[in-house]
Amino acid sequence: MTCVHLLLTLVFAVSLGTPVEIQRPRGVPLTSIQFYVENKPFTCLDGSRTISFDRVNDDYCDCKDGSDEPGTAACPNGSFHCTNAGYRPMFIPSSRINDGICDCCDTTDEYNSGAKCENTCKELGRKEREVLQKMAEITKEGFLLKQHLIEEAKKGQQEKQSKVTDMQGNKKQLDEKVEVLRTVKETAEQPEKEAKERHLKAWEEQKAAIRLEKDKAKMAEAFLELDDNADGFVSVSELQSHAELDADADGTLTETEAQGLMGGAEQVDTSTFESVWPNIKDKYHSEVSREEADMSCLVSSEVPFGQKVFFLEKTVVKLSAQKARDDFEEAEKALREMDDQIRNIEKELSFDFGPDAEFTYLYSQCYELTTGEYIYRLCPFNRVSQKPKYGGSETNLGTWGSWSGPENNKYLLMKYDHGTGCWQGPNRSTTVKLTCGKETVVTSTSEPSRCEYLIEFTTPAVCQEPANTDLSPHDHEEL
Amino acid sequence: MAVISIERMGLLSVFCVCLFFSSAFAVDRGNFKTCDQSSFCKRQRALKPGQSPYRALLETLELSDSRLTLQLINDNNKVHLLLELYRLQGNMTRVKINELKPLKPRFEVPDVLIAEPPTEPLSVLSKDDNGIVLSLGAESQRLIVSARPFRLDIMEGPEVLLSLNSRGLLAFEHLHLRKDTQAQPDGAEVKESVDGDQQQDEVEKDEDGEGDKEQDGLWEETFKSHTDTKPNGPTSISLDFSLPGVEHVYGIPEHADDLKLKTTDGGDPYRLYNLDVFQYELYNPMALYGSIPVMLAHNTQRTMGIFWLNAAETWVDISSNTAGKTVFGKMLDFVQGSSEKPQTDIRWISESGIIDVFIMLGPKPSDVFSQYASLTGTQSFPPLASLGYHQCRWNYNDQEDVKSVDQGFDQHDIPYDFIWLDIEHADGKRYFTWDPHKFSQPKEMLQGLMDKRRKMVAIVDPHIKVDSGYKIHSEITSKDFYVKNKDGRNYEGWCWPGNSGYPDFTIPEMRAWWASMFAYDQYEGSMENLFTWNDMNEPSVFNGPEVTMHKDALHGKWEHREIHNIYGLYVQMATAEGQIQRSGGVERPFVLTRAFFAGSQRFGAVWTGDNAAEWGHLKISIPMCLSLGLVGVSFCGADIGGFFKNPSTELLVRWYQTGAYQPFFRAHAHLDTTRREPWLFGPENTALIREVIRQRYALLPYWYQLFFQAYRTGMPVMRPLWVDYPKDTVTFTIDDEFLIGSDLLVHPITEEGSRGVTAYLPGAGEVWYDVHTFQKHNGAQNLYIPVTLSSIPVFQRGGSIIPRKDRVRRSSACMENDPYTLYVALSPKKFARGKLYIDDGHSFNYDTKKEFIHRSLTFANNALTSSNLCPDCNFLTSSWIEKVLILGASKPSKVVLKMDGKETPVDFEFDSSMSVLTLRKPGMNAGDDWTLLLQ
Repeated sequence: MTCVHLLLTLVFAVSLGTPVEIQRPRGVPLTSIQFYVENKPFTCLDGSRTISFDRVNDDYCDCKDGSDEPGTAACPNGSFHCTNAGYRPMFIPSSRINDGICDCCDTTDEYNSGAKCENTCKELGRKEREVLQKMAEITKEGFLLKQHLIEEAKKGQQEKQSKVTDMQGNKKQLDEKVEVLRTVKETAEQPEKEAKERHLKAWEEQKAAIRLEKDKAKMAEAFLELDDNADGFVSVSELQSHAELDADADGTLTETEAQGLMGGAEQVDTSTFESVWPNIKDKYHSEVSREEADMSCLVSSEVPFGQKVFFLEKTVVKLSAQKARDDFEEAEKALREMDDQIRNIEKELSFDFGPDAEFTYLYSQCYELTTGEYIYRLCPFNRVSQKPKYGGSETNLGTWGSWSGPENNKYLLMKYDHGTGCWQGPNRSTTVKLTCGKETVVTSTSEPSRCEYLIEFTTPAVCQEPANTDLSPHDHEEL
Repeated sequence: MAVISIERMGLLSVFCVCLFFSSAFAVDRGNFKTCDQSSFCKRQRALKPGQSPYRALLETLELSDSRLTLQLINDNNKVHLLLELYRLQGNMTRVKINELKPLKPRFEVPDVLIAEPPTEPLSVLSKDDNGIVLSLGAESQRLIVSARPFRLDIMEGPEVLLSLNSRGLLAFEHLHLRKDTQAQPDGAEVKESVDGDQQQDEVEKDEDGEGDKEQDGLWEETFKSHTDTKPNGPTSISLDFSLPGVEHVYGIPEHADDLKLKTTDGGDPYRLYNLDVFQYELYNPMALYGSIPVMLAHNTQRTMGIFWLNAAETWVDISSNTAGKTVFGKMLDFVQGSSEKPQTDIRWISESGIIDVFIMLGPKPSDVFSQYASLTGTQSFPPLASLGYHQCRWNYNDQEDVKSVDQGFDQHDIPYDFIWLDIEHADGKRYFTWDPHKFSQPKEMLQGLMDKRRKMVAIVDPHIKVDSGYKIHSEITSKDFYVKNKDGRNYEGWCWPGNSGYPDFTIPEMRAWWASMFAYDQYEGSMENLFTWNDMNEPSVFNGPEVTMHKDALHGKWEHREIHNIYGLYVQMATAEGQIQRSGGVERPFVLTRAFFAGSQRFGAVWTGDNAAEWGHLKISIPMCLSLGLVGVSFCGADIGGFFKNPSTELLVRWYQTGAYQPFFRAHAHLDTTRREPWLFGPENTALIREVIRQRYALLPYWYQLFFQAYRTGMPVMRPLWVDYPKDTVTFTIDDEFLIGSDLLVHPITEEGSRGVTAYLPGAGEVWYDVHTFQKHNGAQNLYIPVTLSSIPVFQRGGSIIPRKDRVRRSSACMENDPYTLYVALSPKKFARGKLYIDDGHSFNYDTKKEFIHRSLTFANNALTSSNLCPDCNFLTSSWIEKVLILGASKPSKVVLKMDGKETPVDFEFDSSMSVLTLRKPGMNAGDDWTLLLQ
């Protein structure tokens, strides 16, 4: 059976330099000492039962909450308090008592395991103070820098805000200007348009007249062709020789059908043929087929002529219209550019740059870190990428997603996601962990899980206001 | 691991990329042969049951004290075989058949048997022209050799226990010269199948003349782009076994299949050929990473075993005359008194070697285990720490990562013993080295773990990067220890490091050299808390046929064909030997292997390879480890969480709950999966995982004692119910629950969203206690158990005593001196028995110096007594008995501890609702004699 120490006499040096003896069961913090009164029945801290005091720290677990064994490993859920004079006190799970591993720097957890522990509290305390001091310096300087950043950001923000306001004012004017120019342009374009319409109309008329003339010539020709006996009349029988005029498509043009085409007349002269012609001209096959060619020849030769007329006319109106158009386009372009500018600034202003806009300065910057194999590039609020050092294409490790730190301070982590997909895996993503530093630097990169990257990044922007001057955090009641 | 991340493997050839890309999401069956694609299997399988052409030449019988020899003749081709029969100590019979005068020696597998098995005298009871009757000693067991046709029957009284060649499937392709150049006068027709040696000869004749020689793959065989030159031609062997009265056969791992083997009619036979199968499928007879050619047959009367000692590619056919029958049909047989007895027929087919079969006659399951153990050895007794929890991942990225994972366990108060490093830890996959950037200070890292009393495993695979600047490679080259290709040059293949050589582990000198590489001054950066993992030792060759080595590669004078299935065993053997040697023979090794063979149990642990994060894979881990346990390999586990893919949180939790109750308890994950350390799934799930890992640690004394028992007797640690309830037919097909030892029954939850399970509690008249609530349940019932995500149905057998260490710490080493709590679960007759084993947990002193404590704990007549099982042992422990829980007890008026002639009262509490008596702090040393009296 293990040897069991019920009580422990602890000697402490307190700040006044007077040694004070405090008796209490092993593993009990001073704050709980009132529950462990020697030779009085002990009630488990959860109140579940009361046991005689000799069962406290007797290396057998009697209380469900483990409170009867603060100094032994008997209870699965117990905890042991080490004072760690010179460093910071702490609780360890009671399973770490006498397990052969030194957990408390004051060695009190290994009182019966044979483990050779050395009291390292002073050393740890010293180191911790050093680290804290260094940290405090960094924090202090960083915090100062942060103030500048905040000021600059505020300034910048105001500038941008007023710029946007200005621009929005200017934009209004520009809007109006554009509208005016649009009217000017449209007015200037009116003659041009009219000329265009006029010429179009003339051209159409001209074409119709030509077409009419053609038709008449064709009709006269057809009359001559149909008038086989050249008696100056086209008769029913003469018409019947043109089977293509057959109306019921049975292949023959009967006498009745021919008569129908001729409006019931037996024969027609040139003038009455004019009323017959529309009935037959669509189907009529000339015996000498050249009209189409003539017609197209005629029409095509007409086009340059019409266009020429139009161009002539156009150059006249152009001088005034073109200028109006240019003025308008220029103004419109300026308006678009201004819109873009406003949108960009508004976008920037819409980013969450922290409670005091202290992260603003990172916007549109990029920071690189070169490792053994890769160059990592972090462009805050934009994207993260990785490029092989010795050539090869860039891989997107994620684009800006959101702040994703813990609830109490979401500005400690940035999340970039939807990067290039991994083979058989998810899309790459990156978490950027921000720590306080004087400089803005990527300090390390890693891939803790496949295609999930972690970038450590220092920036003054996360430096907290230094706690009030005192650098020794060990002023607990037990010193 | 068998998968390559395209992005990571810049080194690999385009070839490999294509190979693996095409099989991205499931096994590509096309990469592996079916029986039809394996020419010998096809030839042999085409041979149907019938009259055997073999005849025993009784006049050639020679009988010495322990050995009978007899010639067999194939009446079709007149080739003589030599039959040897041995009666072995411990109720076994060995049957060897070889060519009487082979053209050159045929391969006989060395290094599997731990010694030449001791024999017992055989005597001839009677002999006539038809055969011989031999006595197998007591119990009226006889061995009958029938002459025409040749067959063997083993009988007990009037019952035939087992027959050989009763279906005439003995076939022996004898070695002969290739007859290409001879003219073929007959012009016989091509036949499609082998009929004993007769048709085989005809096939050969046919091939000579008609240019059909490649058709049957006799002298050359091509699979996909790989051609197997077969300079020795066809050499396959086959033999059938009939088991009257048997309906249940088990074993022949490794297959992702049910515990009870299925009949193979209409499908492929079960295949035994160690292969690196990428994303294996469940419930089929395809070969996997390891092979143990041992089958167990069981019925209510008897358990028997067949051990087919052959390391070449092997196929096993199983048929049954009752397999096709419905329950109704069986009932009808029963009612009508149908004369047809159930029978299972087995057929073994191997590509080469000889027939060397051990028939283990039981009759009890435990007898078969000890019989098999007497041949191939028992499970090595592992260091205690290796029974704790193992945290693995491909890969822990660097030393910082290892440190932060280690700290994570402490922060979340979860115990673990081993953290593992996969292939990325080495410098360019050069095993025995460390990545100079990521693991620049391995000793610092190992010391950090040692300070926490924890350990590490680093992978050492048997493929060696061909790189003249790499010490291991240049030494193997200069010592000429590499496997050779058919032309005699070093065999090279693609594996993780790119072009790789494969050390010839069949050479004893090579193994000795390999072992010497584990010396602390050779393996730089290693320390005594660094152990080893042998992966890819099938061997895996990415660009080889079926992702393994060419069969015509050479190990000295033997082709790889002959030794394939034992290569992995040799790798683990040499590695374990190295770990023993580095400590001067003092410390026990721990080596995990993926490939294995009969006898691998002597060298360490086995896991079920590259499984997947699917519920089906969780479920199959149970029959896979049960099958291994039945044939000697107790130290078995599956990758917790599943290797490929990402498990759901529920699956991960359920897998921890299952894995904590399986022998080898390791979480592992593929490189491409997201991180899954136990604390990454929210506090509730962290608590669930912590709880089950703690349950494992509390039970370590029981696990350890069971492994000691397995080491001593060959009894499997994790076992099917029928092993302990051999007459209860209900148990014969159960493989969704299992026993740990005899005393814990576990029914893991392996279904998604489970709200309840039905567990079968065996044993009429027995009782079982829920280990969490102590509620008592009767045996021989199906018990419905409602479950939540925190439930793990585990029951302790009434009649057992299980010692636990309920003070769980951050590693097993930290628990060394902690006290025990004894869980005494009373039988209905108020009786219980158990054992307690204690030693230093890591050295061989238990063996070499008898430094251990082995005690029998018995509860009878209201007294719990600890008595010494090993009076001449000496070991001192500071562990003591802090508590005794007696389940199913009644309230005593007084409890007294009797020790050294003195009596002292012991405080106690009694919980009448569950009938649990708790004895408070009796306090005796765990190694002492004592009695606790309940009065």
